[in-house]
This record gives sequence, C-alpha cells and structure tokens, in this order.
Amino acid sequence: MSFKIMPKEAFPDWVECLCSDHQVIGPKIHDDHYAFESIHAASEIDLGYSTTLLPPKKALMPQKETLFTFNSGSNELEANIVSEPTVLLGVHTCDLHAIALLDRVFERGYPDGHYLSRRKNTTLVSVECLQPCSDQAFCKSMGTLSVPDEFDLHLTDLGNDIAIEIGSAEGALLLEGFPAVREARQVDYPRLSRVISDKWPRFPYRLDFDVTELPSLVSLSYRSVIWDKLGERCLSCGMCTLVCPTCYCFNTVDEIDLALNSGSRTRMWDSCQLDRFALVADGHNFRANRSARLRHRFMHKAKYQSDTFGMVGCVGCGRCAQACLVHISPVDTFNELYHKRAAANHKKQEVAL
Amino acid sequence: MTMPVLEKLQTPSVYLPVMAHIRQIRQISQTEKVLTIELPGGLSLNHEPGQFVEVSVLGVGEAPISVCSSPSRSQDSFEICVRRAGDLTGVIHALKPGDPIGIRGPFGHGFPLKRFRGKDILFAPGGLGLAPARSLIQQVLDERHNYGRVIILYGARTPSDLLFQEDLARWSQRGDVELHISVDRSDEDWTGNVGVITTLFSKIQIYARNTVAITVGPPVMYRFVLLELLGIGISEGNIWLSLERRMRCGVGKCGHCQMNHIYTCQEGPVFSYAQIKYLEEAL
Repeated sequence: MSFKIMPKEAFPDWVECLCSDHQVIGPKIHDDHYAFESIHAASEIDLGYSTTLLPPKKALMPQKETLFTFNSGSNELEANIVSEPTVLLGVHTCDLHAIALLDRVFERGYPDGHYLSRRKNTTLVSVECLQPCSDQAFCKSMGTLSVPDEFDLHLTDLGNDIAIEIGSAEGALLLEGFPAVREARQVDYPRLSRVISDKWPRFPYRLDFDVTELPSLVSLSYRSVIWDKLGERCLSCGMCTLVCPTCYCFNTVDEIDLALNSGSRTRMWDSCQLDRFALVADGHNFRANRSARLRHRFMHKAKYQSDTFGMVGCVGCGRCAQACLVHISPVDTFNELYHKRAAANHKKQEVAL
Repeated sequence: MTMPVLEKLQTPSVYLPVMAHIRQIRQISQTEKVLTIELPGGLSLNHEPGQFVEVSVLGVGEAPISVCSSPSRSQDSFEICVRRAGDLTGVIHALKPGDPIGIRGPFGHGFPLKRFRGKDILFAPGGLGLAPARSLIQQVLDERHNYGRVIILYGARTPSDLLFQEDLARWSQRGDVELHISVDRSDEDWTGNVGVITTLFSKIQIYARNTVAITVGPPVMYRFVLLELLGIGISEGNIWLSLERRMRCGVGKCGHCQMNHIYTCQEGPVFSYAQIKYLEEAL
C-alpha cells in the first residue's frame, strides 16, 4: 500500500486544480440534502456528507441519455458516445463497490460503449466513511465499508491531514505536480490505523448472519410467504430501483422533431417494479403481480448477480429503505428470511431426533 | 453464437441499427405481413434458425422479431413476419418496398441443428409461432437427407389466421413431410380438423426415442403441448421451445427479458425443456 499525505488546508487548492482540467462531480451541499453534481470549488462540497438521494451512478449512466441521433431524409445515424475527463470526488465505499459491479455488467458480453467511455474517462476519488451515514445503511454487514480491489484514489480524514491511498496510475496522475502532497512517513501509518480502528465500532452489524450465506439463503426462499406479505404492502412505485446504486435496467424511446427530419433514440432508467416491465406484445405479463416483481428484485440483488459476477448486488447503502414509502427494507427482509429458515431447520432437527 | 451484423460493421454502439431496406412485402393474413429485408452492401445476416433481430423504424421505436426464413434460402436477404399489434408494428405495416428499416442482430441462440441429425423431427407451432419455426423447417427441408421423418402439427385460431398458406400448401404436396393442421374455430369453407393443436397428436404415430420436438407458440399453449409431448414419450432434452419475452436491447443489459437470472435474449430464446423445467419464471 502506498499512500500520501495532504494537509487539509491544501484541499481547496487541489480541488481547484482538478476543476481546471476535469469535470468534477461531488456531493454538493444543498439546504437540507446533498446531491452528486458538477462543482467548481471545494467550498461547494462536504466530504463528511451523510448520503445522497441518488447514487453517483448517474454520472456514469445518466437517468436519460441519447444513444444515437438520426436524419430521416438521408437515413444517417450517428452514435452519441460522449465523455469528458471527469473526477468523481467523495464517493462512499458502498457506491464504489456498486460501480465495480456496474463495470462488470456493462463490460460483459456485448460491451456498452456509452457507459464504458464515460467510465474510462472517470477517475474515482473515494472517501473512507468514519460515521454511519443513515439509520438504514448496513454497509458493514455487506462488506462494503472499505474500498473494493479497484479504485483510483481513496481519502481518509486524519484531522489536520488527509491520507490518500493510491489505487491506480490514473489516480496518481491527479496528484502529480501538486506540491502540498508529500509521501507518507513512518509516523503517519499509526495515525491512519488509529482512525480506521476507531471507526469500525461506530458502525452496527445489522445483518443477523454472514453475508456469504445470503445467496444460498434466498435461493431456498423462492416460495417463501414473505414475498406475498411484502407484495401486499409494496406500492409498485419503483422508487427502490431508482435510488439503487446497482440497478441498471433501462427502456428506450424514440423522439423526432416536428418536421420529422431528425430525431434520436434515448435510453432512460426503467424499473422491474413497474407493472408493465415484463409485458409482451400479445398482452401476457410474465410478472403480473407485485410480490413476483418484488421477489425478482431481491433475488436479483442477493443471488443472481452473485451467481454471475461473484459480487452481491446489494451494497447496503440503505437508500431504497429510506425511499420506500411503506418501509420495505432489504436488511429486515434478509433477516426475516434467515430467522424463518433457522426456525424451520430447528423444527426439522427436532423431528429427526 | 454467430457474429452480429453490428460487429461486422464495427459500429461504435451496440444499440446502433444498420439501415437495411425492404425488398418485398407480402400480406399473408389480416394482421400479418412478411417483409423481405436486404442489408446494405450485400451483407449477409448469417443467422441461425431461431435467432431474432431488433427491428427499428427511426422515430417510432424498436422491437425484437424472429427471423422467419432460413439462411439456406437466401444469403443476401432474410424475412420477418410482423403481426400488427401496437404502435411500432402498425407503422411497419404501413411501410412500402424500398423503405428503410433498421436492423440489429442476429441475437441469442438458435436451434441446435447438429443435435437433430438423424432424428425424426416433430414441429408443433401454434399461431404466430410458425414464423420462428419456419426458419428451421426451411433449413431442415433444404438438407432433408440429414433427418428422418418430418412431421408438422400446426394450430391456428381460425382458417383465416393460418399463416404462410403457400408454404403449407407446398409442404402438404411433398411426399416427405407429414402435415396436419387444425383450427380452434372453423368457418363455412373449412373441411379440415377443428380443435386445439393438442387434438392433432392422436393423428400421428411416432418413435419417441428418436424424435426431436420443436414447439413455438403463446405461453398458454406450452403447458398443454408439453404435456402431450412428454405423454408420447419424447424426452425433456429433445423438446425445444422458443420463448417470447420483451427483449428490449438484445444484448443482455436492459433487464426486460430476464427469467430469474437468465437473459432470454442471450441464452435463449431457444431452450430445451430440460434446460428450463426448473426455471420458475420460464413457463
């Protein structure tokens, strides 16, 4: 591990430096919330921010983006692959894990040039979370309270200084020629290690079992009554998927100008929770009820993505639970499945004895 | 997997269609048209029977449609059968020969023809399911010597809903195809069988151990046809289906076609019954 030290008072200058040749997107301060938005000075952001309504995913996969434009007269099409050098600053580690998963989704099979060109042009600067960001988060249980294998720069607040761990050459480049940054010295290591060991007890374990059990647990729970129970409560509003850092489903829509000369095909976020998501042309709906759609979402996060990518699709950010109007929470759902299964196993053992 | 047209043209985006044009249009029923499509620059679609393409009309939208002709029939064009069912297909029905049409694909996996060699082949398509099945029927008939008996059981709602009637007539005249047709409801002129497709099974005798069955149709049909096929002793691995889903992107990303963990557009749309019998959301 190689890391460097930046005095905190140099941070505004560094951000200004980044802004001079990058688009910088960070947790911008609003009256009563934070949102990942384009910033131009360090004073606009707060690296100690709680959480954001929408994850930084939107910088890589915008809610709405043009896939291509066309001219109807000449039938000429032009792919719209745009990206500019971007620094995504202040990403929490849960969201970093989510981006690592999205990378795999969009690289797999037919690579998605729209996402990947943005991603390749984006340097991720994450921050070590030192305080729980919301009552709903359960990152510690999901193993996302520290950086994944891939990151560019990772910042930890040491009080007067910021420790910067360098994860990639692209990350190192962001610090090049910035005089206030120095190599870490022997005395800096215990400082960093104290901050890290002090922080862990502040975060609760909220999952009642180990996360590695999650995929097999939900695979045994396909027919659980829990899905019907939650389905009765669920409003099918799709809010959980809109705020999810690992959701990527989309729909496409064509738009054309009034004179019918030119237009575009746009993709926009879609949600598997909406009732028409799995509807086919002859009117058959393959997930017609809310419990089936809700189960699909939980199975996808807890099992299908783990089967495909070896990474659980829920990073424990808690945004969906916070956004849900009827208080459906993944951690409560997983725990309920676990206790139901444990009770059933206990009964079976008694019968066997 | 065959290499999709879009890769051959090295387009920068997997979502960018290739602009092809319509060579010919045939109205084959009140709601179905068959479009013959030519790719630009003499490009061949190079598809497998059972694969599908994403069809675009610029400014209107895009939909997955299976190819209904076999690669053995024509190298420089292919056919799709389009039912007028919504906005996009309504616009496609209004297109004229020479009009441009966007194509992406072919996508997914087709029927594994090599596994069918030397076997008797039983086709049991229902309704519009004859379209994807036709691409395989044509291929099998063009290399007829590779297969044993060819039996086709086709069911449609009414006599006027029977698709590809020219093909049906041609197949019935061939000495090496056993064709049985049934309609759910007859009209005054109909003298053939009346009843759902499963009523045709009593008309045939098969040697189940050497028979491969291909069934393509609406979801509700599968439940009943599968019972018949299993009932006459065809093994689960020898029953092949093509599943319909809303394959919005074709490249395993958009999520609409997922059956549990499977992206139908990538791993399907063709599956053996053995492959999907434990897949909860498949049938």
